[in-house]
Amino acid sequence: MGYVDDQFSQLHKLQDESSPDFVVEVASLFFDDAEKLINSMARALEQPCVDFKQVDSHVHQLKGSSSSIGALRVKNVCIAFRSFCDAQNREGCMRCLQQVSHEYTMLKSKLQTLFRMEQQILAAGGSVPLE
Amino acid sequence: MIGAEGASSSKKARISENPVSKNRPYFALVVDDDPMIRRIHSMILKSVGFKVEVAENGKEAVDLFRTGAKFHIVFIDMEMPVMDGIEATKAMRAMKVESKIVGVTSRNSETEREVFMQAGLDLCYTKPLTMAKIVPLLEELQKN
Repeated sequence: MGYVDDQFSQLHKLQDESSPDFVVEVASLFFDDAEKLINSMARALEQPCVDFKQVDSHVHQLKGSSSSIGALRVKNVCIAFRSFCDAQNREGCMRCLQQVSHEYTMLKSKLQTLFRMEQQILAAGGSVPLE
Repeated sequence: MIGAEGASSSKKARISENPVSKNRPYFALVVDDDPMIRRIHSMILKSVGFKVEVAENGKEAVDLFRTGAKFHIVFIDMEMPVMDGIEATKAMRAMKVESKIVGVTSRNSETEREVFMQAGLDLCYTKPLTMAKIVPLLEELQKN
């Protein structure tokens, strides 16, 4: 399964001369948001008495953000994560936290590589295909 | 005329006496506490010709209308700090705001969406907004 879905392609198509860094800007906002949310989930799950509603709230937000940018794998882990929050299953939540952190780290790395390559292509006078 | 994005901008939306015209721009307000969502939704709306202003929460949106700003359409998130989408929608309708108000939410619960609709929405969409959701709304504005 790919790291991103069609939503990411749609965002790329919105980029134009008047907003040449749109995708990079949106990705940066997502990175900031996701890191804060993952840290908040971790802190909440460390508590002696876990507030699963609060954990769920953070997961819900991350699911929303990841849907909006097309971060498919992150979104899918969030869906499973929410089930464990509903069941108040701490171990399940901890496993999902590890998975979501892993998927996010991989996605960030791949997107940063993609953006670097795109910049190199543009600097060399080339163009980046939308699809 | 709408200025750059930002509810604190001194340039507020202005609509002529005949706001709905194919030769004039359509004005949209995006209300969401998530800066990424504001950026994405603004970009999608601008790509189909809307002039866009943003607000970070329901209170900022209501305050815009109180200061005389007018919009053809408002896209409003349900969950926001300070004033959420439900309270903001109720407040806008109580002020006789006639703009089309479209709720945008990540929540899948039918009950929650129904409560949001009952606040005075014309429509409620699941995030994210897409071209497929926006274009019919623009066409409807042009028809009317």
